[in-house]
Amino acid sequence: MTDIGAASPRRRMDILPALTPLIVAAVAAPFIGSLSTFVTLTLASLAMGAMLFVMASGLTLAFGMMDVLNFGHGAFIAVGAFAATVVYQFAPHGSLGIDLAAFVVALTAAAIVCGLVGYVYERLLIAPVYGRHLEQILITIGGGIVIEQLLLALFGTQPIDLTPPAAFRGALVFGQIAVEKYRLVALGLGLALYVVLLLVLSRTRIGLLIRAGVENREMVEALGYRIDRLFTLLFMAASALAGIGGVLWGLYQSQARAGMGGELLVLVFIVIIIGGLGSATGCFLGATLVALIANYAGFLAPKLALVCNILLMVAVLLWRPRGLYPLGGR
Amino acid sequence: MRWLSGDPPRGWPARALVALVVLGLAATPLLFHGVKPLEVAEKICVMAALAASYDVLLGYTGIVSFAHVMFFGIGAYGVGLASYALGPGWGALALGLAGGLALSALLAVAIGLFSLRVQAIFFAMVTLAVAYAFNVLASQLPDLTGGEDGRSFRVPELLRPGHHFGHWLGAAVTGRTLTYYLAFAGAAALFLILLRVVNSPFGRVLQAIRENPLRAEALGYRIVVHRTLAVIVAALAATCAGGLDALWLRYVGPDTALSFSIQIDVLVIVVIGGRGTLYGAVVGAAVFVIAQNYLRSAIGGLSHAAADLGLPLLPSLLHPDRWLLWLGLMFILAVRFAPRGIIGELARRADLAEPR
Repeated sequence: MTDIGAASPRRRMDILPALTPLIVAAVAAPFIGSLSTFVTLTLASLAMGAMLFVMASGLTLAFGMMDVLNFGHGAFIAVGAFAATVVYQFAPHGSLGIDLAAFVVALTAAAIVCGLVGYVYERLLIAPVYGRHLEQILITIGGGIVIEQLLLALFGTQPIDLTPPAAFRGALVFGQIAVEKYRLVALGLGLALYVVLLLVLSRTRIGLLIRAGVENREMVEALGYRIDRLFTLLFMAASALAGIGGVLWGLYQSQARAGMGGELLVLVFIVIIIGGLGSATGCFLGATLVALIANYAGFLAPKLALVCNILLMVAVLLWRPRGLYPLGGR
Repeated sequence: MRWLSGDPPRGWPARALVALVVLGLAATPLLFHGVKPLEVAEKICVMAALAASYDVLLGYTGIVSFAHVMFFGIGAYGVGLASYALGPGWGALALGLAGGLALSALLAVAIGLFSLRVQAIFFAMVTLAVAYAFNVLASQLPDLTGGEDGRSFRVPELLRPGHHFGHWLGAAVTGRTLTYYLAFAGAAALFLILLRVVNSPFGRVLQAIRENPLRAEALGYRIVVHRTLAVIVAALAATCAGGLDALWLRYVGPDTALSFSIQIDVLVIVVIGGRGTLYGAVVGAAVFVIAQNYLRSAIGGLSHAAADLGLPLLPSLLHPDRWLLWLGLMFILAVRFAPRGIIGELARRADLAEPR
């Protein structure tokens, strides 16, 4: 095993996959025609990509580090969004400061709730089936269904409003180009989380242990580290990321629905397959690509948006069967 | 036992159970009068065939597909749309089924070759995405598929409920009865063909791949080719099952032919009945469909009782619409504590009592 995804910044990067979003944008531009539409769509894609990245990052990291693919990941996204609705029910509205504080509280609450649910989920469902993919897929599908149904039982079948706070509403206008403020917030948060993830993995002791655990689990255990606890912690972090992504997406869609997780899971899977399972950088690239295609295709041929993303996935798999930036050795 | 491909259920309890289900299904039109029992029996036949084809993938080859119901839907839509467009007739049915089979084979090859090259877990994700996209596409092309509303169509004269053949043993024999026996015979034929496939040398290779892909490859079997062939076989069988179901319903739509919840049902049936034994699909389908049709209302009754007692939360947890919650819990428990399923467990006991 030579590479640990993009976690190690000293590794020589394969630069070509990183250019794919530019290629997609360049190909799409002539079809879209108007420059202002193109820029608006591209900026919207970057924001959507950032949100997709946050939702997908936990799933891909848990797979890369723990060899666990959680088919119930979508349910955690929905749990995050519903946690935010509860926070916003009680949050006061008013000045920019209050809105920002409520936003931070909502994100934190979602992260904590999802982390705790993730703890129970990992201990009860995933711990017994480590290393057995088939059972893992089956049991996490079951887990996802149960969480989704519990959300339906607790919050009812109707979607719950999740309007962004006043401070994030409206758009900034530059000439003919309008950018919604909330999209900038989402983009900023996504980028920040990406940088934090890279730093944690490459610069901290816990990141070192995680990377070591991927390389050689037995050796890390022989050195006296409880790798199962590390995995539980990692899974909680992955669930918390899904929850944060759920808040971002729920505010973007202005509603929380129990079914949103299942629908997003499809996009999230495409993202992490394109990016290469387990890689944070690949995940970011994949999310941006999927969002670009979704927006361009949504503008040009709305009915075919999802099919276009499937074709994108096929094209990427033809070119790089393991995705753009795969983890090595598996 | 030639027509069982030398692979009857192991042990007398399993044999008795399978025989009970098959005889019960065969005799349903004579034993019960009315619409509901026949509906339930038809669903059991179709689900048993569908689950058996799914078991070729899940139980015998060890790969998880979430696009299996997509192939089922292709068969249903093929038969339905052909009859809708060409008018009722046996030719339209055959043409629709043939078209569905061709499309299924094509899609199965494409999905298999793209996603089985690297690792089997890709397959699960890719099939989920493809099935979802297909579902969205089907409901977004209303001119072709009827969209969310689906399409009702007419079947050949002989199969219509109004067509009376007379009475036999006190039961009215109509076109409906004939359609039921068509579904029953079709499902049985599919089952026996699949049983033949898994007991062929090809089937043994699939099981070898499930047990140890590396070793199978080292022995010279091309894993991708075998897995892809398994996907094709299963997809074709699912397509036929879909055609049979559409013929019975005289309607195709996303809810009855493509919905993800059918996929979950099939997963549950295979796991409860027993993975890696096709008989599990038959018993699992019978248990599941009967539970779905009769237990659901029982849960609803409990919900009302809990509401009358003024208990918090329980009424909404026990609401019939939350049936999936209990199904999911059952499924988790089955995967965790009874991974062999009903038939697998009975066979294990039989083997313990009388080693082969």
